Amino acid sequence: MNSGVKKTSPYQIITMVLIVIIAAVIFLFPLYWIITGSFKTPEAVNSATPQWWPSEWTMRNFETLFDKRSAPLWELHVPLSEWFTQDHSQIVFSSGPVLPAAFRWLINTVFMSVAAMILTCVTASLAGYALAKKRFAGRAILFSLIVAAMALPKQVILIPLLREMSVLHLADTIWSVIFPIVGWPFGVFLMKQFAEGIPGEILEAARIDGAGEIKTFTTIVFPMIKPGIGALAIFTFINTWNDYFMQLLMLRGTNVLTMPLGISKMMGEFGQDYGLLMAGAALASVPIIIVFLIFQKYFTKGITMGAVKG
Amino acid sequence: MAKVKQQPMSRELARRETISGYLFLLPSLLFFLVFVVYPMVMCVFTSLTDATMADSGGNFIGITNYLNLFQDPIFIKALINTVIIVVVSVPIVCVFSLWVGARIYNTRDWACSAFRVIFYLPVVTGSVAVTVVWKWIYHYYNGVLNFVGTSAGLWEKNINWLGDPKFALGCIILILITTSVGQPIVLYVSALGNVDHTLVEAAQVDGATDLQVFWKVKWPQIMPTTLYILVITTINSFQCFALIQLLTSGGPNHATDTVMYYIYYSAFTLYKYGYANAMGVVLALCIAALSAVQFKLAKTD
Repeated sequence: MNSGVKKTSPYQIITMVLIVIIAAVIFLFPLYWIITGSFKTPEAVNSATPQWWPSEWTMRNFETLFDKRSAPLWELHVPLSEWFTQDHSQIVFSSGPVLPAAFRWLINTVFMSVAAMILTCVTASLAGYALAKKRFAGRAILFSLIVAAMALPKQVILIPLLREMSVLHLADTIWSVIFPIVGWPFGVFLMKQFAEGIPGEILEAARIDGAGEIKTFTTIVFPMIKPGIGALAIFTFINTWNDYFMQLLMLRGTNVLTMPLGISKMMGEFGQDYGLLMAGAALASVPIIIVFLIFQKYFTKGITMGAVKG
Repeated sequence: MAKVKQQPMSRELARRETISGYLFLLPSLLFFLVFVVYPMVMCVFTSLTDATMADSGGNFIGITNYLNLFQDPIFIKALINTVIIVVVSVPIVCVFSLWVGARIYNTRDWACSAFRVIFYLPVVTGSVAVTVVWKWIYHYYNGVLNFVGTSAGLWEKNINWLGDPKFALGCIILILITTSVGQPIVLYVSALGNVDHTLVEAAQVDGATDLQVFWKVKWPQIMPTTLYILVITTINSFQCFALIQLLTSGGPNHATDTVMYYIYYSAFTLYKYGYANAMGVVLALCIAALSAVQFKLAKTD
């Protein structure tokens, strides 16, 4: 479009073909293999000659997957609740029929990702706006601290974090994964980038009109940074869903397992049953891929804005 | 400009700005300080003690952990492996994503989107699901790779990809690359799309070839993006963990240990918290130093 009437050169055609082949063989094939593998019979899975397309489709793997141990449908630990009960016991809501463990993993994962997403979006949009548009003492120092923290490997803090969680009585609850993700400063950085784009005159005009801080935020700032919030939401959702290392360290009990943890546990227990493992992998990845495909425009925006360095 | 006259008023305003600024920051700051900054400080502090799971406080032992680290052959091996992973994967990821980005950024919108999505898929699929399927693909007996390789006559007998120290690290690096190029490609497509077209056209009018236009006009303009990609890819490669834990557990015979995996192993199998934290600090310093060097190199260019 932008280079006008230029013809495609043979070199360009060859590179395009190469890219398509690489994309198909290395990037798409594993996903195809997960999905078809999850419907294959044990004979097809264990054969030395792979079946490129399942000759016989079976639901057996999913049935086995959902047959494994059961847990109550819904169980939620109220964070910090033992600080307020008299005998320091945890308040736990638990209800619903007893359901397959794999279903439970899925619920945990969805809850974890949604909660992290909402908390991150709320806190980061408030903070990003303040850092971009408010002039206050300590702002520059705070911002450098945030950028410095972002450059450090997140995994390094996990060992001290684990101990901190047991002191706070959050160990082995889903919140021990959610809170550090909310605290991770990338979201604040991203929202600051978006909030920079709000013209100062509009905020000034609102102030002169007598709009309070909260009103200014909800009626002027929020609508203007909405695309940014969309980007951050989908980014946080997907990253939380797939944050295996954090989940591995923080979550131990069978009732708090997530999809990625569930599969890695199955790898230990049923290491060679690749049909079953593919069913688990499909259940863990297909929902998140669908979410990604629906919101991928926001996602691209988030990646690009998060990268613009000052 | 009228503000000069209202000095007291603007002082009052400054005070209000400070208070409201911090109130807006408060929720985020709370999470940041409690769940990021405090553990970071604790990480450095614990690295100076001999804390274990049984004795989580530990005794202050100065820099003994750090001195022991560099006499620990497994740590040295893990460090070498980590460096190999970084040195091999970072350039491949950067060159590959630039190559793909440069080819697809000016194709039709739907094609460009489709490619970006496909190359991002392994990231979205998640490291566990990706690792499980690659483990099957690499499988000695019923893996696709051995079937294709032996059928096509590329190698004669089935190869034990993950069990052979010669191949294991390479296999891991291949998976790492597939899960790393998604973001750089998105960034390059956007950066190339933002290149100043007037400069490109001017160069073309002057008779510059496509290659000259690329290196002389586009490359300098996408330099900040390249730098950012170098830094994030380096950080990611340094932290390679899930692949190792799920595929090889550092084996065979520590051939695939990485620093991140050894930190995990020391902390949760050997319960040496202080020692593991010292490794964490060293890893963080390595990453910080490398990022600084990359910035410096790019600035002088």
